[in-house]
Amino acid sequence: MADVFDRVKKIIVDQLDVEESKVTMEASFKDDLEADSLDVVELVMELEDEFDMEIADEEAEKINTVGDAVEYINSQS
Amino acid sequence: MLEGKNALVTGASRGIGKAIALELGQKGANVAVNFAGNEEKAQAVVEELEALGVKTFKIQADVSDEASVKSMVKAVIKEFGSLDILVNNAGITRDNLLMRMKEEEFDQVINTNLKGVFVCTKAVTRQMMKQKEGKIINVSSIVGVSGNPGQANYVAAKAGVIGLTKTTAKELASRNILVNAVAPGFIATEMTDALTDEQKESMYSLIPLERLGKAEDVARVVRFLASDDANYITGQTIHIDGGMVM
Repeated sequence: MADVFDRVKKIIVDQLDVEESKVTMEASFKDDLEADSLDVVELVMELEDEFDMEIADEEAEKINTVGDAVEYINSQS
Repeated sequence: MLEGKNALVTGASRGIGKAIALELGQKGANVAVNFAGNEEKAQAVVEELEALGVKTFKIQADVSDEASVKSMVKAVIKEFGSLDILVNNAGITRDNLLMRMKEEEFDQVINTNLKGVFVCTKAVTRQMMKQKEGKIINVSSIVGVSGNPGQANYVAAKAGVIGLTKTTAKELASRNILVNAVAPGFIATEMTDALTDEQKESMYSLIPLERLGKAEDVARVVRFLASDDANYITGQTIHIDGGMVM
């Protein structure tokens, strides 16, 4: 669990250029991490590469918080 | 000018697409030559490009079919390692008066000429976003701006391409992906060769420069838009029409 979160966190910090401390499970990409729609699309692309999976558009649309992303990835592995 | 850049040109086996592929190759770009049906002509373009010393290969795909476009783009990235330039050139005509135009004729032209641009653009965007750099050039037509009797389907598609160009340019500007269109007027191709002298004369009366354009006239503008010389231009439609529509 922690492993996935750490990997997701690293990608978020790199992509969105935010402080590590801001990246919590509850943090919303758009509200707390100041990501726009395109940032989220890009982030999902990076997650797909990192975890070697395909995230369908319908699923990607449901990913609003860091926790959503971590849970989705865990549910697929 | 384009050394080390990797390009994909759709509909590159003949006409304007061929001229664009060769122009990009002459300026040093590696070029993937897409074709729909004419493999022999695509092979001839590949051989001309090889003689220029750039990397090149031909690849079949129907631009309106997402699955086939996805695998084409994947193959290009695998072969070249990146994709810097996409030229959406593939197009067809099914001319008829509106009153006589069949639904099928309308759909076919919209699918290839408009949906094809959407499908190909979407397919390369992921790669270009990662690179944080890319140039997309869409080949529209001057009739997409002016309208033209007998071409309701073609004109609707080409006008759509201009709108798509502007929207894509706005969506992707923050990722340094620049999207522009060219709108050729009357260009000498197999299509215009078939016209009678009388038809040509009446055509010239509409063109301030009083002559047909050459495919190379279009190709050179596309090459400019693909180059670093055009790094502050996005969302524009450049008319290459001898002054026909101002």
